[in-house]
Amino acid sequence: MNILVCISHVPDTTTRITFEPNGKSLNKAGVTFVINPYDEFGLSKAMEFKEKSNDVHISVICVGDIETEPTLRKALAIGADDAFRIDTQPLDSFSVATLISDWARDKSFDLIFTGKESIDENAGAVPGMLAELLGVSFISYATKLDINGNSVIGYREIDNGMEILEAQLPLLVSCQKGIAEWRIPNMRGIMAARSKPLTVINALQVENRVITLNFKQPEGKTGCVYYSSDNPEELISVLSTKGII
Amino acid sequence: MSVLVYAELDSGKFKKATLEACSYGVALASMRNSDVAAIVIGECHESELFQIVECGISKVFRVLDSHLETFTTSKYISVIQKIVRENGFNTLITSQSYNSKAITPGLSIRLKSAFISGVIGLPRIEGGKEIYQRLAFSGKGVEEVSALLSDIVLSVKTNSFGVNKNKTGELNVIPFNFSLSDDVNYIVPKEIIKTSSTISLTDAEKVVSGGRGLKGPENWGMIEELAGLLGAATACSKPVADVEWRPHHEHVGQTGIQISPDLYIAIGISGAIQHLAGVNSSKVIVVINKDSEAPFFKSADYGIVGDAFEVVPKLINAVKKMKNSL
Repeated sequence: MNILVCISHVPDTTTRITFEPNGKSLNKAGVTFVINPYDEFGLSKAMEFKEKSNDVHISVICVGDIETEPTLRKALAIGADDAFRIDTQPLDSFSVATLISDWARDKSFDLIFTGKESIDENAGAVPGMLAELLGVSFISYATKLDINGNSVIGYREIDNGMEILEAQLPLLVSCQKGIAEWRIPNMRGIMAARSKPLTVINALQVENRVITLNFKQPEGKTGCVYYSSDNPEELISVLSTKGII
Repeated sequence: MSVLVYAELDSGKFKKATLEACSYGVALASMRNSDVAAIVIGECHESELFQIVECGISKVFRVLDSHLETFTTSKYISVIQKIVRENGFNTLITSQSYNSKAITPGLSIRLKSAFISGVIGLPRIEGGKEIYQRLAFSGKGVEEVSALLSDIVLSVKTNSFGVNKNKTGELNVIPFNFSLSDDVNYIVPKEIIKTSSTISLTDAEKVVSGGRGLKGPENWGMIEELAGLLGAATACSKPVADVEWRPHHEHVGQTGIQISPDLYIAIGISGAIQHLAGVNSSKVIVVINKDSEAPFFKSADYGIVGDAFEVVPKLINAVKKMKNSL
């Protein structure tokens, strides 16, 4: 089974986000970048399959410049067999999905994992676009996945519940919490990752459909109004007067 | 520049987020001086459709087909694509329900449209272009974007725009027959498991959330009681879900569910940056924590420094008194 895991290179979840003075991009000073946590669920799930069978090959791919290579090396340290980097700055979800689909189309992957969204753009767009561009079945927001031969049972989050689905490979699955547990790479994995292949692919010219004009920080709260713990009834009366409850 | 809203049915009813998408579509069409219509797939009572009319949409494309009674991503993409194309709509609007989030990216590919996910409010116009705002970096940034194509697919962030049901009008239903072509990407829905909570966390207008400060799962009774009295959903922080005091579907935060209710009450949650990322677009935040230095107070509108085990029972009594006096 050939598995592709699509990876975004994103600021660590604890990052205090600030932007460049012109508002065009993230201020990267002092920011640690990591594998997008939802993508890492996909990689962890792929590793579960690899540990159960000898014939599972895991490739990881990222659209980004050379700065993203440590993130790809971490994916190799966790256990992916090879890594690919499409050498360009991602412009929007459509351009990323197009670049990955153009590259993956003739590679006959049985299973493609993505995160449910990246924690930088939060658009949740690449998985559905990629499935459509590649013409493969799509299970979104998956919390559980079992594969037996070509048959798949997947659990998909829906409003107020879960839906159980039957599907066939090839398949694209967008992952979220529940599908697998994150893994910490061990020393052997980190050593092995250094010699695993990381191939740089020249990016084709591709259009983007959405342009980011600027970023700004959200307006913060103006300040917390405190009520005494002896008399929390006051808070209820304020919330009620303001029509909040 | 005409607008089509996908008015999603959930067990024969429109949820608030759907009516919000309808209200948004009406406001956007009015800004553009264009037409607006809705598409409704599946069975519902006729009276339900009047809720859309009250939002300001008279024209409803109605699709009834036994193949479409259960949602499937690929079939719903196909039918919505067909209605958009055959009727020349160039803007499609949806909520951010899980089903809508499953279809919008694929639809944007089929419709050769730009996709803007999770808009917060109507666009401003600059140089003849519509500029939309959305949240990025898990709510830690506001991004302004514009589409480079004239055809667009927009999803509206839940609870960011509100429902405006003050219009009157005639209901004009256009039946739409849809014959499914051979669907190669079939996925077969087998079963739906509903979570036990009566209020879905992503739709909830009010949320009461507990953290490690509650010391153990046995102490959640007061959280549930307060939530019940307020008509709120219950939620929890990541550490609480990790040790399985509460089910994972209650975990709000960066890697859990992101919510934006009108009221978020955080009890015994310190307010780690990853937790804030999941709740910082809530309209009013109340924090109850015995540590006056808890970072959450910096993001709160109202705070009580005190022991949850003393404060929460008092709050419960106060809410009961308030309800009795009404």
